Amino acid sequence: MARIVVVTSGKGGVGKTTTAASFATGLALRGNRTVVIDFDVGLRNLDLIMGCERRVVYDFVNVINREANLNQALIRDKRCEELFILPASQTRDKEALTKQGVGAVLDELSETFEYIVCDSPAGIEHGATMAMYFADDAIVVTNPEVSSVRDSDRMLGILASKSRRAENNQNPIREYLLLSRYSPSRVKQGEMLSVEDVQEILSVYLLGVIPESKAVLNASNRGVPVIFDNESDAGQAYADVVGRYLGEDLPHRFLDIQKKGFLSRLFGG
Amino acid sequence: MGLLDYFRSRRQNTAAIAKERLQILVAHERGERSRPSYLPMLQKEILEVIRKYVAVDQDAVTVTLEQDDNREILELNIVLPDRSEPTTGSGFVAVR
Repeated sequence: MARIVVVTSGKGGVGKTTTAASFATGLALRGNRTVVIDFDVGLRNLDLIMGCERRVVYDFVNVINREANLNQALIRDKRCEELFILPASQTRDKEALTKQGVGAVLDELSETFEYIVCDSPAGIEHGATMAMYFADDAIVVTNPEVSSVRDSDRMLGILASKSRRAENNQNPIREYLLLSRYSPSRVKQGEMLSVEDVQEILSVYLLGVIPESKAVLNASNRGVPVIFDNESDAGQAYADVVGRYLGEDLPHRFLDIQKKGFLSRLFGG
Repeated sequence: MGLLDYFRSRRQNTAAIAKERLQILVAHERGERSRPSYLPMLQKEILEVIRKYVAVDQDAVTVTLEQDDNREILELNIVLPDRSEPTTGSGFVAVR
């Protein structure tokens, strides 16, 4: 039985796909057979972030409609043996994701995978609902910014009421907060909500804090999930997120202003 | 006021403003979410029944639901036109 993890947020542009890509990669790098699914039908982007956009032949909707089987649609990652990508359709609309169809595909994946990571589209419409409906765990990606925090709270309400687990009176979805684009220097200046502020408002277990980092754009430019950049702050923060998710007790890093050496100050680091 | 103070005073703690706004908003929206979906209908039907006997305004009936640890209090507040004092707290207590 696979564990199904949805990466969601409500608000767009906060780092869902970046997170889904790095989180799934991190699980697979530790030897867990993992598949990451793009639920953003019509606006697929996970393939670009994962660097497999030219290898897409069949997609999620093809599998649901039985126009292709799972083995034809799954793309094996070139850097990591245990990682597979199921891309979204670029031409259909979100209604193509039926509850029955999505459920059947997840059931089939559950037979061979340990983790299924669902990259949700923004919003609370059909695609987002489908991405979270079957979830066991949810990572709510939030930026330290008013509209993102509000949308995350809304999302937490929906997760608690409109999932398969809620409908079947099972244990609720496990909720994790992931705070991204965090800038310790702006927090210190009183210009940005702190980790503590956001936690106080949302009161959800904090899975990790990803600092605002140049490495994220550099990684997406190249189509390599940022977790592979293990020299970068964001890459290391995502590695910690995966460790914490798997039960390791790791202190949160990158919450304080990184002291710059004389040379990096001089040349820009 | 010195030059330094001038620059300091220009830098507001906007994060504190954001936090306060969010705390109020989130508390309000959570309250809305936890309201049972039948409340507006209940309010409408109660108003219709009262209007059979007394001419009251559209907004004369308010229904609120409060929760504490072991019970929910459904409070019904009806403002009757002749008396200035509203009959408050005449409601039922639903224990869950």
